[in-house]
Amino acid sequence: MLHTINKSPFETSTFASCLGHAAAGDAVLLIEDGVYAAIADTEPGKQIKAKNGTVSFYVLGPDVAARGLTNGSLAEGIQVVDYAGFVDLVAEHEVAQAWL
Amino acid sequence: MEEPDVSQPGVTKKFMYVNRRAPYGTVYALESLEVVLIGAAFDQDVSLAFLDDGVFQIVKGQDTAGIGMKNFSPTYRALGDYEVTKLYVEKESLETRGLSEDDLLEITYEDEDDDWAEKPSIHVVKRDEMTQLMAQQDVILSF
Amino acid sequence: MEQLVKFSVVVNEGPYTHQASDSAYQFTKAALEKGHEIYRVFFYHDGVNNGTRLTVPPQDERNIQVNWTELAEQHELDLVVCVAAAQRRGVLDKSEADRLGKDADNIAPGFRISGLGQLIDAGIASDRLVTFGD
Repeated sequence: MLHTINKSPFETSTFASCLGHAAAGDAVLLIEDGVYAAIADTEPGKQIKAKNGTVSFYVLGPDVAARGLTNGSLAEGIQVVDYAGFVDLVAEHEVAQAWL
Repeated sequence: MEEPDVSQPGVTKKFMYVNRRAPYGTVYALESLEVVLIGAAFDQDVSLAFLDDGVFQIVKGQDTAGIGMKNFSPTYRALGDYEVTKLYVEKESLETRGLSEDDLLEITYEDEDDDWAEKPSIHVVKRDEMTQLMAQQDVILSF
Repeated sequence: MEQLVKFSVVVNEGPYTHQASDSAYQFTKAALEKGHEIYRVFFYHDGVNNGTRLTVPPQDERNIQVNWTELAEQHELDLVVCVAAAQRRGVLDKSEADRLGKDADNIAPGFRISGLGQLIDAGIASDRLVTFGD
């Protein structure tokens, strides 16, 4: 399953809820304000680092850049994709679940 | 409501409607329920999941007289008539919000395979069970 | 060789307030560029507001409705606006406006108004359903 998250973890519990329901082998893609969860050395960033390997983490590069974040500031192990990569992720996983 | 265009005969997929938002403050709960009712005509394998603030959709005792909006909670009790009989409610979400199963609407259906015995549609499940249920789906609709 | 997939896209928010429609548009464009099929784009909730032709954003801003309309023209996309959600929010085509006794319609080229069944049908007929909302 591919999970997408579009909310900042500092505003809503969507990120936490999604991570609580992500099974081993699932992928999580952060888009829109969801990319703020990827900032290294924050609580969500640490959770990504800790869970990475069980779950694969991705972040949408155009949304990262738009928000003034740099790829270097992101949690270790998270992979940056563009919209084409987003499409690939949806294609590769049988079901996409949007955490809104 | 409009007549659904029931196409794709013979294809049965597992559809799950994931409800994570409270009613009234936003329209998502009501309009999701409208999808469920229309979707029932398509003979798919349907279930509803209630987690996070979505559990507030099915608490009993809703009275909207003072806010000028329609109380649509009775519609959940009619879901059995639409053969929507699997409503999974996450235990952890209830507990976090100070709720238990006793606070929820009584939603039942008549089981045609069991001499029309009346059975509960609501199943309170733990988070890991909810995760497994989600993993079994073909289509997940979240609003 | 990459597997080609039949996608449907759901847009649950209107233009400009939320990024959902922009994200959905970028996703749809990228999928088409990769040769995938877009079976349908379904607009629900406030998403129906993407389908009015009466929006006039400032000249230096993207025009979300025009973006969708042009993409639909280029790729023969099926852009479906939910009728029940659209009636609540004042998005009408000519026949709906006539039927309901309204003095104008506003549906944009490339969009059509139809029932919620089109969403369920998209779920059944597509390999993948991708939802954008808030």
